[in-house]
Amino acid sequence: MTEPGDPRPLVNLEGVNKHFGTLHVLKDINLSVARGEVVVVIGPSGGGKSTLCRLVNRLETIDAGKITFDGQELPAEGKALARFRSDVGMVFQSFNLFSHKTILENVTLGPIKVRKVSKSEADKRGMELLERVGIASQAGKYPAQLSGGQQQRTAIARALAMNPKMILFDEPTSALDPEMVQEVLDVMTGLARDGMTMMVVTHEMGFARRAANRVVFMAGGEIVEEAEPDAFFTNPRTDRARDFLSKILTH
Amino acid sequence: MDDLIKYAPDLLAGFLENVKLSLICAVLALVLGTILVSMRVSPTPVLRGAGTVYVNIVRNTPLTLVLAFSSLGLSDTIGLAFSATPSTNSFWLVVFGLSAYTATFVCEALRAGINTVPLGQAEAARAIGLTFLQSLRLIILPQAFRTVVAPLGSVMIAMIKNTTVAIAGGYLMESAFVMRDTFDDTGVSIPIFVGLVIAFMAVTLPVGFVTSRLASKLAVAR
Ligand SMILES: Nc1ncnc2c1ncn2[C@@H]1O[C@H](COP(=O)(O)OP(=O)(O)O)[C@@H](O)[C@H]1O
Ligand SMILES: [Mg+2]
Repeated sequence: MTEPGDPRPLVNLEGVNKHFGTLHVLKDINLSVARGEVVVVIGPSGGGKSTLCRLVNRLETIDAGKITFDGQELPAEGKALARFRSDVGMVFQSFNLFSHKTILENVTLGPIKVRKVSKSEADKRGMELLERVGIASQAGKYPAQLSGGQQQRTAIARALAMNPKMILFDEPTSALDPEMVQEVLDVMTGLARDGMTMMVVTHEMGFARRAANRVVFMAGGEIVEEAEPDAFFTNPRTDRARDFLSKILTH
Repeated sequence: MDDLIKYAPDLLAGFLENVKLSLICAVLALVLGTILVSMRVSPTPVLRGAGTVYVNIVRNTPLTLVLAFSSLGLSDTIGLAFSATPSTNSFWLVVFGLSAYTATFVCEALRAGINTVPLGQAEAARAIGLTFLQSLRLIILPQAFRTVVAPLGSVMIAMIKNTTVAIAGGYLMESAFVMRDTFDDTGVSIPIFVGLVIAFMAVTLPVGFVTSRLASKLAVAR
């Protein structure tokens, strides 16, 4: 069902609307992400980018419209919802590692408790993943003992440990000191190259140009523009995108 | 002093009843308090509502009334009986009332602990596919317990002292009642009084000491 060559989109949003109270946060969103595709979502703060990410693994519910994942509508609750979420990785701006668990335990908890993998097998695979993101030597430490960049790479390994069909990234480098941004982007670029389906909210243009197939520009709860990265950054079609880009380019 | 020596065996037997009540109620109150706090943070409105109502009613009722309810209401009126032997029956009715009462304080201490766990960790737990109960058991409660070890120690100390009002539940064998009973024979005896205070402090001070040591040892670095 999830072969890379499958032409059906992995995620499909149709006429999706979301309100917080009276605030209309997402307006008639139509968006699909193909298998193996990397979509970068960019736009001003408050435009609805995080909400969009959170809808896709149902951390938020929608008011109207339809979201399908792998051809199925998202389960509403209970075990089915938990199982669905285990197939969609999520990497947060603030890492959200489990503070009372070691780095390795953060990575193996999901496989052991959700996938029912044996501890020894989970540990072995967990160490491989920590190796892959370059922090195997920190496996026995606790999150608070690691730098932000190392914590975020742990969070990526934690998502990968579930063998997800897709990973959502919500501003994964925005909380990092500048010198740690690149190490995280490098891991993400590697994932993109290996064919992981990714939706990435970020303002890192270098990453978008290097790794993304498509840029989605969101403002005021709407998708204002969609384009290939180079076209978007060199020649945005809308005033709003142009205006936004001129602002982020000045710093 | 002679009085203290003369009545020491009776008083000691009474005090052991306080210790027994304390141990059993501590376990039950921790279990019930954990269940209550799970209800209070659950996504199901009915459970949340039931937990909130229970805690707010029981926590704000004087313990003597809770115990009286447990012996007069549950036992005499509804006919709830734990044993055919009256003293055993009233022992368990007091256990029931005191646990039900103390659990509300355990619940509120734990709830304060849960509030210190960043919301993002609960979201991350959901995002890897843990169910609500799994994320509560594996992520939220372990951290909540560690942050409230010291307050829980205070709840336990209060509970140990509260075993002396067991008479309100009809239980007449614990030490404070034995003491008053003794005073009827001897008149008020300061040594007996002081002896009992020391006995309680011998239990409550270590509880306070151990829990505050544990609290700093178990603190979760964030
Ligand atoms: N849980 C929430 N409750 C109420 N309003 C929210 C909530 N989450 C987000 N919002 C509001 O929705 C809008 C979009 O937020 P968000 O999706 O976080 O945008 P972005 O990630 O693009 O900055 C903002 O105005 C924000 O204040
Ligand atoms: Mg955001």
